[in-house]
Amino acid sequence: MSEILRLDRLSRHFRGLQALREVSLGIRQGEVVGLIGPNGAGKTTLVNTVCGVTPANSGSVNYRGRDITAVKPYQAARLGLARTFQIVQPFGEFTALDNVAAAALFAQQGSSLKSAREQAFAHLAFVGLEAHAGQSAATLTLAMRKRLELAKTLAMKPKLLFLDEVNAGLNSAEVERATKLIHQMAANGMTIVMIEHLMKVVLNVCTRIIVLHNGQLIADGRPGDVMKNPAVVEAYLGQQYARRHAAHV
Amino acid sequence: MNRLHLALLLLIGCIAALPWFGGPYALRLGTTACLYATLALSWNVVGGFAGYPSFATAAFFGFGAYATGVLLTLGLPLSLSILLSLLAALLLAGLLGAVLLRLRGHYFAIASLSLVEVLRELVNNATDLTGGGMGLNIPLAAGSGILADAVFFFYAMWAVLLATALMVIGVSMSKLGFGLACIRQNETAAGMIGLNATLYKSLAFGLSACFVSAAGGLYAAWVHYIDPSDVFDILYSVKPIVMALMGGIGSPLGVACGALVYLGLEEVVWRHYIQIHSGVLGLLIVVLLLCLPHGLLSLRLGALWRRARHV
Repeated sequence: MSEILRLDRLSRHFRGLQALREVSLGIRQGEVVGLIGPNGAGKTTLVNTVCGVTPANSGSVNYRGRDITAVKPYQAARLGLARTFQIVQPFGEFTALDNVAAAALFAQQGSSLKSAREQAFAHLAFVGLEAHAGQSAATLTLAMRKRLELAKTLAMKPKLLFLDEVNAGLNSAEVERATKLIHQMAANGMTIVMIEHLMKVVLNVCTRIIVLHNGQLIADGRPGDVMKNPAVVEAYLGQQYARRHAAHV
Repeated sequence: MNRLHLALLLLIGCIAALPWFGGPYALRLGTTACLYATLALSWNVVGGFAGYPSFATAAFFGFGAYATGVLLTLGLPLSLSILLSLLAALLLAGLLGAVLLRLRGHYFAIASLSLVEVLRELVNNATDLTGGGMGLNIPLAAGSGILADAVFFFYAMWAVLLATALMVIGVSMSKLGFGLACIRQNETAAGMIGLNATLYKSLAFGLSACFVSAAGGLYAAWVHYIDPSDVFDILYSVKPIVMALMGGIGSPLGVACGALVYLGLEEVVWRHYIQIHSGVLGLLIVVLLLCLPHGLLSLRLGALWRRARHV
């Protein structure tokens, strides 16, 4: 599998706070990677730095053979990098349909509003929101807005998708539904990097796990190996979880 | 094009009939109405569609007035002078917008306000070109009689209004308008879906400035004498915002109606309360905004909604 994204000694600080310390890693085409770590570990900063929201202070980002360290968010989006937000960011006054149409319209150059709306409906149907297409985004429930975010990113036809805690704040039935969607997207061959706190979902979906702690990469490998890694147990999982997990396996 | 857009064009069409019914006073009022509606509709592009509260209207009004004034004294014909002022304002605002529109909210409002002061001081100090604080005398254009002049300037201003309305309708139906609506609702998310917000905002700022500049140029030719404190008057920035608020921000028809209602109020109050007219006008505006926070257009929609429920 060829590498789609390569981070080389990527660092980012906010004043005195070192959010990312020389993180180097590669993401291969078709992988579903789980990005885990305690709160404040730099997971969202990593996504933001790759997408150009908070540009790197040092190091480089290489995407499909092209240096994108200094691109702006809208340029990253047009290159095929899409992301969902931890805190959902809908266009509140727009209908669900227009939210998705906006993503289709601006991420792909040269498409018209009419064709964007037609595409948008298919993506809404994929996430199960077709019945709410005409409803304004502000009136949707949180679970629906999370799925709307998914539909928006899909409408951008991404080559690499970052999911930032799509399951946070959802109940177990809703989590199951969202997980199924992620499975489907992965089966369609999309490369996904997901930030997730629910280990059940991570282990269920991901083929590889990356662990960040205090901005540093402390583990990177197959789920089974990472779960047994003492540093990961110490920093994030906790002894209890590790013992229970070991007992289950 | 939806029904509200057609209604706006119809309204502008009705205004065109004014010379058949009124004398010089009505024509003066009509010209001012067209001017006000042009300013308000233009403001609506950046303030209503993109949600950036600009106070720069007076800056581009004054810019247009002086650009046209200077070109006229150089001997250029009126139409060419106004066209040049329009293009210059489009370019200038587009470039300034790329810088200023990086600020948001109150910060942007203050920055756009300072633009008025900066241009005013520039004009004040460029004495050789603009006459500075002494003002600028502008040669008479046609000179074929008072009434003919009044009719000419009325139709000229009306044409600027029509062009502005067509521009605003065009923007609201285009990809640009859709993008501006995205920016207004959530600029961060707009960037993440691949929308070049800086470009869109600059375009909006340029479009909102160019017809204001043209109107300023016509105003200069109309009154034959301009000075910095007249055309860079901050009221030219504030009035369009009040009109838009009264009519219903974001809706072109509402904003145009707001401009007409504002002019009506201004005129009536001026006539009856000559000493305290600003106070009375201010009070009326506050009452109107308190009773109709979404503008005059919400009245019409409200009535339609009730009727629809009874059917």
